[in-house]
Amino acid sequence: MGERKIRVLISKPGLDGHDRGAKVIARALRDGGMEVIYSGIRQTPEQIVATAVQEGVDVVGLSCLSGAHNQLFPEVVKLLRKQGGDDILVIGGGIIPYDDIPYLTKAGIKAVFQPGTPTDEIITFIKDNVGKSH
Amino acid sequence: MKSKDSVQEEYGRWEETTLKKALERSPERRESFKTTSDIDLKRVYTPLDREGLDYPKESGFPGEYPFTRGVRPTMYRGRFWTMRQYAGFATAEETNRRYTYLLEQGQTGLSVAFDLPTQIGYDSDHPLCTGEVGKCGVAIDSLKDMEILFNEIPLDKVSTSMTINATAAILLAMYCAVAEKQGVPLDQLRGTIQNDILKEYAARGTYIYPPKESMRIITDIFSFSKDHLPQWNTISISGYHIREAGSSAVQEVAFTLANGIAYVEAAIEAGLDVDSFAGRLSFFFGVHNNFLEEIAKFRAARRMWARIMRERFGAKRPTSWMLRFHTQTAGCTLTAQQPDNNVVRVAFQALAAVLGGTQSLHTNSRDEAFALPSEESVTIALRTQQIIAHESGVGDTIDPLGGSYAVETITQEIENKALEYIHRIDEMGGATKAIESGFMQGEIADSAYRYQKEIEQQKRIIVGLNEFTIEETPFTDILKISPEVEQYQKEKLNTVRGQRDSRKVTDALDRLKKAAQGTENLMPPILAAVKGYATIGEVSDVLREIFGEHKEHTVIT
Repeated sequence: MGERKIRVLISKPGLDGHDRGAKVIARALRDGGMEVIYSGIRQTPEQIVATAVQEGVDVVGLSCLSGAHNQLFPEVVKLLRKQGGDDILVIGGGIIPYDDIPYLTKAGIKAVFQPGTPTDEIITFIKDNVGKSH
Repeated sequence: MKSKDSVQEEYGRWEETTLKKALERSPERRESFKTTSDIDLKRVYTPLDREGLDYPKESGFPGEYPFTRGVRPTMYRGRFWTMRQYAGFATAEETNRRYTYLLEQGQTGLSVAFDLPTQIGYDSDHPLCTGEVGKCGVAIDSLKDMEILFNEIPLDKVSTSMTINATAAILLAMYCAVAEKQGVPLDQLRGTIQNDILKEYAARGTYIYPPKESMRIITDIFSFSKDHLPQWNTISISGYHIREAGSSAVQEVAFTLANGIAYVEAAIEAGLDVDSFAGRLSFFFGVHNNFLEEIAKFRAARRMWARIMRERFGAKRPTSWMLRFHTQTAGCTLTAQQPDNNVVRVAFQALAAVLGGTQSLHTNSRDEAFALPSEESVTIALRTQQIIAHESGVGDTIDPLGGSYAVETITQEIENKALEYIHRIDEMGGATKAIESGFMQGEIADSAYRYQKEIEQQKRIIVGLNEFTIEETPFTDILKISPEVEQYQKEKLNTVRGQRDSRKVTDALDRLKKAAQGTENLMPPILAAVKGYATIGEVSDVLREIFGEHKEHTVIT
């Protein structure tokens, strides 16, 4: 048996339906050798955390283009911690102003990727950071 | 005039002599040159490419079937396209100020961006709306907000486009109610509701009800509008979001027109005569980077729709054949890197839309890879349109690229490839089926992934992103929506709920429920409900109860 594949949940919290980025990332991570679950759009933080725990993922990737990231991303981290998912790596992307990144990082989003980020960069980040204590 | 044989002869000679020598000295940049739709571009197009084509049949004249050269006989020599910047954020109060500013700056029409709760039929205090209120558009909960949004904007003078789909009937009803309060008769209202639910399932995501019930709402709107709102565009069949989700130009045309066919079929099935509503159908496309392909795309779409309406549906009125469209420059082409370069991208895209004969245009702002545009950025975007209109001279003769061997040939190829898609969709049982089975979504996602890979493999150069990059200081001069907006909106909503005649609301919602259970047109009871200050959430919930909700099946291929 080979090495266990990294398991990733890609999800879209909130009401935003712009899923091009989420789908591209899901596919790129899968082609990069990871096991990827894509939840689809309009997920509540509660639903995302339930899926993450149930599926035993190593990484949660959040995508939001509606501007609601400051409320929704930290809520996912908070609920994950409550449910013992402290070791899950949470990353995010979307239409996110530079000014919001320090706040999100402080709230436990380990990386925020802006438009134009090469998918390889995200794959490398996940491989370098997954499984480390968060 | 030289004969075909002599052109052919000369072409052969050129290839064997001048061209051959040049290629021996230095090869071309690439083995082949393709558009986003995989159309192979020839080195040079000549009269040989237009051989045997019937000019009146393929091109015709402006304002006449098949409208390849434009829908109006004088196009921009008569009047320019409508300059219509899509705008909306925070509260109705703040957005009203932005509209007033844009109109003062010479904008000629309004375009309302609603926040997601408004688009998906939730009141601002619904638990699912945390963080979303006033974020990507203006928050509207009740008629009160619409009154504020259009305060001191004369609805008999300005045309208004509203990007609203699942809740289009409610927002249209509110607009009518505001007009009534301003003393403007409904038959004078000009504007558009997007009202295109099929592309919401396929690409944009703000659906509520299942397809069948959504189509009923749409045909009810068509029917109501033909009697009461003769100048209103009852739908804006949208390729823009399909394109933004990643499709090619050909897919954009094909899926949009396939959706258009589905709406026409639904309306005919609901008992409407095709010529009674077809003239009020409008379209909305994106305009991307590949300049010639985009111009050709608009020309092809016009010709295809004219033929579909006349030949497939037997429409008799010329207005039923016309594809009138709004264009927006492509948001997905804006880069977060070196954002000022976006001003240039937008200018070229806007020029392509004008050369393609658009009826109205939104130009994106340079900062939209980060947030909604700042006032300064949106002013540059509007000025870009004004420069094209007043300085470039391209509007002074109609369809100036018509007759270009290249543009005409690409127009033809886009039409051929898009027709192939439409035939495939017909075989699947139409657009609704093609969406329910995930066909359109899969095709779009494949194209999006290919595009991303091309950028990452440097097969496609995006200036400032994967070539000509620099170290940059973060761009932070952007529009921010205060978190207090949500609280303010909730308080305003509570005040409305406290002050209205709740009996009137309950009665109106009961009437709506009965209409939804039966076949009565939904518009009159919705109008009665919003006039009594029923909220978007309340009206949508009544329909949710009767119609149910759509659930998406997502597959990553």
